[in-house]
Amino acid sequence: MMVQNSIPTLERFGFGFLIGSEWRPAQEEFGALPFIYGTLVSSLIALVLAVPVSLGIAIFLVEQAPQKIARPIAFMIELLAAIPSVVYGLWGIFVLAPFIRNHLGVFLQDYLGWLPFFQGRLTGIGMLTAGIILAIMIMPIITAVVRDVLEAVPSTQREAALALGATNWETTTIVLGNAASGIAGAVVLGLGRAIGETMAVTMVIGNSPQISTSLFEPANTIASLLAANFAEATDRIYLSALIEIGLVLFLVTFVVNALAKLLILSVTRGNSRTA
Amino acid sequence: MLKKTNLGKFISIGLASIVAFGLACSGEKLGQGGNSGSNSGGTMRLQGSGASFPKPIYEKWVNEFGKINPNIRIDYQATGSGAGQKALLAKTADFGASDDPMSDEDLKNAGGDILHIPTVLGAVVLTYNLEGVKEPLKLSAQTISDIYLGSIRKWNDQRLKTDNPTLNLPDAEILPVYRADSSGTSAVFTDFLSKTVPEWMEKVGMNKQPSWVTGVGVGAKGNDGVMGQVKQTPNSIGYVELTFAKENNLPAAQIKNKAGEFVEASLESVSAAAAASVAQMSDDLRTQITNADGTGVYPISSYTYILVYKEQPDTVKGKALADFLWWAIHDGEKYVEELHYSRLPADVRKRVEGKINSMASGGKPLRQ
Repeated sequence: MMVQNSIPTLERFGFGFLIGSEWRPAQEEFGALPFIYGTLVSSLIALVLAVPVSLGIAIFLVEQAPQKIARPIAFMIELLAAIPSVVYGLWGIFVLAPFIRNHLGVFLQDYLGWLPFFQGRLTGIGMLTAGIILAIMIMPIITAVVRDVLEAVPSTQREAALALGATNWETTTIVLGNAASGIAGAVVLGLGRAIGETMAVTMVIGNSPQISTSLFEPANTIASLLAANFAEATDRIYLSALIEIGLVLFLVTFVVNALAKLLILSVTRGNSRTA
Repeated sequence: MLKKTNLGKFISIGLASIVAFGLACSGEKLGQGGNSGSNSGGTMRLQGSGASFPKPIYEKWVNEFGKINPNIRIDYQATGSGAGQKALLAKTADFGASDDPMSDEDLKNAGGDILHIPTVLGAVVLTYNLEGVKEPLKLSAQTISDIYLGSIRKWNDQRLKTDNPTLNLPDAEILPVYRADSSGTSAVFTDFLSKTVPEWMEKVGMNKQPSWVTGVGVGAKGNDGVMGQVKQTPNSIGYVELTFAKENNLPAAQIKNKAGEFVEASLESVSAAAAASVAQMSDDLRTQITNADGTGVYPISSYTYILVYKEQPDTVKGKALADFLWWAIHDGEKYVEELHYSRLPADVRKRVEGKINSMASGGKPLRQ
């Protein structure tokens, strides 16, 4: 059905739809590249920030913390996953954006300003803000799943490792190795949510279809574009373009997931060989 | 294992509630669609959807009208002008609402006569976040256009200083904020700039969703989105409906009108714009009143419309709708000013009365 509805733009723009970088509904010019770029980069920022933190929390909760502390913390983290994305978006506008504008951004420009990522003007709204919001949103999901995966590793393994004289840390790495595919699954799940997030991103990313190396510049993602415009698209060709970009989102998700699966496969294979 | 069963339980509860919700909705639809349901069921429901520009006043009206007519319940959803037109055409709403009139093409393909009922007048204002600037900023169409096209980048630009000799404008970059979604507010704003600045006409033009210059400014969703962005970001400027600026205590710039005066958006200056344009109003009441002639006129003013089919499919609902519209432009007017909108000029209201009286069902007029 999506293909059928996007035939007008498919016929008119063909492959150019994917590589065009201008998105001007009024002039009936549609290029999806800035949105694909924005989707990938914002999700990547989110993963880079969220994965280490989530792993750390999950390991702490399962391997280190006593039950008394672990239970309430785990509960609170799962609660975080239930907060509606609009609330994250509002928090982004009112708390995170000013923080980035006045503190984090200034800090990054002072110390890492020579990198192209951290140049340009600081408005508090843009790719980095969106990435950080996404990271906070996917962190609870990844943490919760990783925690479950780690708990599923039989405790006999830990006992065996400890009995053989392994330190706590060495035991943890063994457990992690065995849980690798599950952890990777958790990451893919988080990635899926990051790619598909709409409202929170719309509210902080600046909604400007441009490709800029600077993370402080406004950008846009496919999901956020759809959220902001789908209800209002009255014109046939515009609607078709939006549906086609929805198809592109499918494609992007598929490719990213496939790549992630391949990565996991190679990682886990490597693990079983060394183990 | 325990986790798994918990998860399973959650999922089944979730599914159950979704199913229950679905049943409830479809049940409601049945009651709503059927004649008998709306007659005997006690309360009748009317569904409206459209512009966010008049949302505060429509909500007030719906509320007050509901107090007088407890058996009629009207739901208004501010989905945006474009969505309002679409909902009316798809007949998922009993009335649509839009800031800019429907196009000739859409009207032709509507499968029935659609009436434009102007309800109130509003203004689009330029609001800004400038610390230490107390007096209102003065802007002309040219400077607004330059800011949004990216040729004025700093607040202390000479072009801004010329219009504002007394203000201490900072040496800071301007962040223009615009609407990322399709919107009647954008249509009014760009209509004004297109009429007055040739460069704007050429580069951006008049549109509900214009193509903004890449690299200049940020987009936000909805009047409240723009509001939030401006409120939160120092040295930003954005355009919103007057009510939103007033309720958030944000300043509104004075805009230079055709007569060369800098005018603040107010009930009087918006009414003046309407009065100056009465003569140009076409028979179907569709009109744009930006950049109107005359003195004391606020140049970015606009009517906002409720859209209804002239021929109503359901007599009872049609009657309720016609009564509501009649009430709104008469008794409802007393709520208009407190929400910073302006009343219709007297001659326009006369013509609107005629339109409401022409609403019919099964060949019979709905209002007697």
